[in-house]
Order: sequence, then structure tokens, then C-alpha cells
Amino acid sequence: MERIMLAHGSGGRLSHELIRTLFQKHLGNPYLDQMNDATQLPGQGHIAVTTDSFVVSPLFFRGGDIGKLAVCGTVNDLAVSGAVPKFLTLALILEEGLPLGDLERIIKSVAETAAEAGVMIVCGDTKVVERGSVDKIFINTTGIGYITNRLVGPERIQPGDEILITGTIGDHGIAILSEREGLEFQTPVVSDCAPLNGLIDAFYIPGVKCMRDPTRGGVATTLNELAGQAGVSMLLDEKQFPLSPSVQGACEMLGLEPLYLANEGKALVIVAPENADEVLINMHAHPLGRHAARIGRVQEGKPGLVLIETPLGGTRIVSMLEGEHLPRIC
Amino acid sequence: MPMKKESKTLLAQAGDFLAEITALAQSPFTIMEVCGTHTVAIVKNALRELLPKTIRLISGPGCPVCVTDSSDIDRYLYLAAQPNIITATFGDMIRVPGTEKNLQVLRAEGADVRIVYSTQDALELARNNPDKEVVFLGIGFETTAPTVAVSIETASVEGLGNYSVLSMHKIVPPVLRLLAEDDDLVVDAFLDPGHVCSIIGIAPIEFMAQDYGKPGVVTGFEALDILEAIVMLLRQRAEGRSEIEIQYKRVVKVEGNPHAKRIVERVFEPVDASWRGIGLIPQSGLSIREEYSAFDAAKKFSLPVFNSKETPGCRCGDVLKGLIDPTQCPLFGRHCTPMKPVGPCMVSSEGACAAYHRYVQRSVD
Amino acid sequence: MCLAIPAKVVTMDGSLANVDMMGNERVISIVLVPEVQIGEYVLVHAGFAISIIDDESAKETEELLLEVANAYEEGE
Repeated sequence: MERIMLAHGSGGRLSHELIRTLFQKHLGNPYLDQMNDATQLPGQGHIAVTTDSFVVSPLFFRGGDIGKLAVCGTVNDLAVSGAVPKFLTLALILEEGLPLGDLERIIKSVAETAAEAGVMIVCGDTKVVERGSVDKIFINTTGIGYITNRLVGPERIQPGDEILITGTIGDHGIAILSEREGLEFQTPVVSDCAPLNGLIDAFYIPGVKCMRDPTRGGVATTLNELAGQAGVSMLLDEKQFPLSPSVQGACEMLGLEPLYLANEGKALVIVAPENADEVLINMHAHPLGRHAARIGRVQEGKPGLVLIETPLGGTRIVSMLEGEHLPRIC
Repeated sequence: MPMKKESKTLLAQAGDFLAEITALAQSPFTIMEVCGTHTVAIVKNALRELLPKTIRLISGPGCPVCVTDSSDIDRYLYLAAQPNIITATFGDMIRVPGTEKNLQVLRAEGADVRIVYSTQDALELARNNPDKEVVFLGIGFETTAPTVAVSIETASVEGLGNYSVLSMHKIVPPVLRLLAEDDDLVVDAFLDPGHVCSIIGIAPIEFMAQDYGKPGVVTGFEALDILEAIVMLLRQRAEGRSEIEIQYKRVVKVEGNPHAKRIVERVFEPVDASWRGIGLIPQSGLSIREEYSAFDAAKKFSLPVFNSKETPGCRCGDVLKGLIDPTQCPLFGRHCTPMKPVGPCMVSSEGACAAYHRYVQRSVD
Repeated sequence: MCLAIPAKVVTMDGSLANVDMMGNERVISIVLVPEVQIGEYVLVHAGFAISIIDDESAKETEELLLEVANAYEEGE
């Protein structure tokens, strides 16, 4: 089996070969193919930019891999900001000894996901470090998007607005956990990892005030952040949360809470009450939004306070994730 | 915890129970939920809000992580920091603070700490790492002890010489007796721990009702289970009875689980044990019997004795005995939070203080 | 103080059983409930069946689960 060697990161012949036979082969486009120190991109007016680094164990999991994640994560950050994702950079830090086949599988996945999201990889970088310095592969992607007339942000949120989620929660978190050493179990749960820009294009109408993707820390943490930034309170309805039984079962088994599990293909959407029905109908019409639901509303009250109504009609606080969300038995 | 979909029957049943509770609870009635999982279920379902003001629910000492003594914690932290040791633990213990550090900090410093879901996973670690010593942190009450006992017997049968357990197991009846004998105790009745009783049955806790006049109901962990158990306790009061009844009949048999009791008996023996925040309770802990000393980490490794002290100002002892609510502790939410816990009740997500902090209210923001 | 959830015994092999917990499968030990039969529900704590769940409530659990599962058919 061919493996990544330190020489692949030397800048010499092997590096060039890797770029030509792997990166350009799968990711090539007129911008990447400029092969200059900096890529020149078209565009005018305002742009949005975001960057994110990806480390995940295992590299390949049910429903995705680190390559797909590296594209979706950055595309989604742009898309929920109201921008149209256009270009991505791709920086890889590889551990000496990484099987070349694994790298190719990851790069193919980057290519497929980028195509699905309609973005191009326009420049990149590869470094190889000694065995043990990183865990197989770390990826950083920077995304550039064009600003649209979609005016979204937490400052627009007002009491009375409705809170929607585009689908079931916790799937990514459980898919990853089920493959962790010491916890392994067989699950039908598949990571929800997906680029959201297509879904957002499908449901967006003026009246959508704010969007966020609830990744690490889950829905609970993201809504706490939003409520704090917007200076409002939120009241959620526990029985309205779309949750697959397998995610629920895995959570009960491991003592976890779905509200704190990571999602990689979901958006929380805050929308004016008069527009909520239409947005929800639009979501339901898109394959990624089939299980979209209303989960609560924004209200006057202590800024930053997120409450949830239980199925029996009581209310409790939903706080941010504190530290790691660890499996427990008691 | 489950987020059950709405069903008419759920709401209707809850409504029926609540109506009966309201009818029966004409005068004040204080109930202690012994078990931390009940505490969490009560706050997650916001049951206090739904109950009449006459019913007061207070949390008891039933979180095994919370009551693990600081000296025991410092002891396993010392062991985890030694070279060639893999510490296998339930996720519950990762953040529990010792005098200076916790497992999370040790892991960052290079200690090999693995989170497992089961002692079976810990055994597997031992099989896969024959050149390392795998030490399992034995925390838990009667429910967990049999699973640990099985792992010790399995290791013995397989000759798995690199597996051992640091037993910090505790048992529930002695602490119930301590509560019942406390003159300050204001509790009228008990929600007894469903899963502990699924192992030990009800005989070991019947003295509470018979000798101390404290009725109890062995309770399941859904909101409806808890409401039904409160109804059963109120009926006992109305009828002047003091008994241990089982609400959680689908799981708990009167005699418990005889297989589990036998294996615990074979592997462990009762010893006096220190409960964090409460103190020494006679015959309330389980230590590994001499026959299995090869698998007893406390005997296998030479461990120093720690005399760790409780933090001044911490009122966890009073919280564990139900004398105060978590929010009445001066440290709560200010100097003591789930990220920087001072006392035992804040360290586990099941601890009364952590549950309150997370779901109910913060005294300071 | 001890989390435990119901699971259905799918297959058995000596002291081990494969159980289904709302669609998730895991190998658990049945050493503590040696009399258990395939198809019965057990209560699982930390990878061990600690109790056999009585028949009637197990059926209720299953019906409830099927109802919910139908709402979220997997399949991306």
C-alpha cells in the first residue's frame, strides 16, 4: 500500500506529483489550474469569508467523512450568513504514513461535495508532518461567498418570531459516537452532513431573519448564543423536536441529550410569524427539509434565557453545553 | 432522557394522577427522591411546577459519583498518572475534581484515560493491551456492582492478569438508615431507587417503613412513573399505612435479581465507607474479597493514603441529606458551577446541584 | 443513580446477546439474567441485562416505538 511520506510535503517532485495526480485530477477547475502563489477570482462588491478546521475520528463514518465535512462546514457557515458560497481553499496537514488510498477517498469526497454545493476549490496547501504529530489528517477550508440581498442576523430577531429547524437533531453526533473505541454499537443513524445552500435557496423568503447551523454544542448551545446576541428569550416546545427513535435510543443508552449533539446538515431558522408557514412548506418540499418543524418562538423576557416546555406542560431552562458532552451510566 | 412524542394518553394519565395528588395532598407532605436519576427526571420534566404546593420533593444521596470521597478520588488520580496504566472509566468520572486535578487534566498531561460504556469494554482493553495495566474505576451502587463483579470473575477465569478494579462501590440501605436516624430529617416518605431495587429487591429497605415509619415506593424513571408513585405514597398516608410498595413492577421483582445478588456476594464484601459530604457509614461500601485480590487495584498497586479535605463553605452534606435546596448553598452558581465544581453535588450531571444549575435556576448570572 | 434502558433480545450466544435498543444494536452480557429468551425485553445497564421486563409493558413499549419510528423512516 502506498503511503504518505514526509517527502510528499517537501515541495519537490513528489509534492508536484501529488498535486497533479490527486488534487488537480479530482478538484481541477480554471481557478485552481492557475497554479500561482495566489489565485485571482472574479467578483465585485462585498464578499463574505469564513474559515474552519476539521479534525474528526474516525475519518470515515456513516454518512460522510472528513472531506465531506470540510466542505459542508464551511459552505454552511457562508450559506446561513445569507451569502452564496462560491470558492473554497483547501489546506491539508497529513501524518506521515497515511495510506494514499485514504487520501484519495477523502479528496474524491471533497470533489463530490463541492460539486453538490456548487463551489470550486481554488487553491490549496499540503504539509506532511512526522508520524504522531497529527491524527492522520487535519483539514482547513476557507470559504468565500458573495453577499446577497438576504439580510439575516441575530440583531433582526424580535419577540413573536418563530423558531424552525430544518430536520431531525443529533444524527451526526450519534453517528460519530457509535464508532468511538469503547462505545461501539450498531446503529441505523447516518450523519446528516450535507451542504445547506441548496435547501436555503429553496426556502428563503424575506421574513427569514436569522439562520445558524447548530454544529458542536447542538441546538441548545446555538439557541443560547442567538438569544444572548439578540437580547431576547426563547420558549421551545419539547414535543415538537424532530428526533429519530434511534437517536433517542442511543441517547438514552449513553445518557446523552439530543439537544447537545452536533448536527452537520441542519439549520435553525428564525422567521417572522406571518412568514413561518410559507418557509416551512418550502422546507418540506426540499429533500433535506422533509422533517422540518416549528420548535418554538422568541419572546420578551430575560435576555439570553432559553426555556423549554416539557410534554407535560412544565418549563425548564435549556442551558449551553458545559464542557464535553460525555456518555455516562449514572 | 426521552423526548417522547405527545400522546393524548400521556397527558390524560398525567392529568388523572395530578388530580388525585391534589385531592390527597391537603396538608404538607415532603418526599425524598433517593436516586439521582429521579432528580434529573423530576427537573427535566419540571414536575415541581405541576405539583400542588403542599408536595415538597427533595433530593437525596443517590448519585454514586457525587458521594465518592475526595480521598478515593485523589487515590485513583494518583494511579491514573502512573506510567503504563490505562484508566478505564465511565464518562461520569472524567470531570470529578480531586484536590488538585481531575481525569480530564491528567489526560491532557499524557495519562491514558479511556471512557467505556461497560466493564466488557474495559476487559477488551485489557485483552488488546497485554503490556499495559488496565484499571477500571469501580463506581456505582447495587445496580452497577454486579457488572463489575462479572468482569472480575471473567478476568479470573481468563487469567487476564493485567486487569484490575479500584472498588469504590457503595450500597444504599445503610445511608437510608442514617437518614432515618437523623433528627433533623424532615422527610415523610421516600421515592426508592428503581434500578437498585431491581437487583436487591425490597427486603433490604423494608426496615424504613417498618422500623422508622417512613413509607417508600420503588419508582420507575418516566414522568408518569414518578407521578404514580407520589399518588401511592399519598394513599399510604391517607390510609395510615407505612409500607414499601413497588410502582416499577414491569422491572422490579420483590426478591430482586438472585443471580446478580449471588455474584456480588462471591466477589465483594461489605466494608465501612466514607461518603463525600456525609462521612463514614458502617458497612456501606463494597471491597473485593481476598480470593480475588489479584484483581484488586487497591492491593495490586502500592497506593499512598490520602486524607483529602472537603472545601470549606460547601454545604453538599446538607443537600445530600435533603436539609437544604441546592440554591440555598452560598457557593451555588457563584463559586460552584458544573465547569468548576466545588462540591460533590455539582460534579455529576445527576447531582442535585448540577441538575438544579442546569435546568432550574441560577442564583447569579 | 443508574441509567438503564429497555432492549429486545435479538440473538443469543452463550453469555452474550445481541439486543436492539430502539434500532441500535449492541452486544451485551446476559450473565445476570441466564433465563432470558430471544424476543424478550431486558433492562440494560452499562452493557449488562439486569432484569427481564414483564411481557405486557414490553409490548406497550414496542407499539409506542413503532409508532414513532414510522414518522422518521431513515433513508437519505
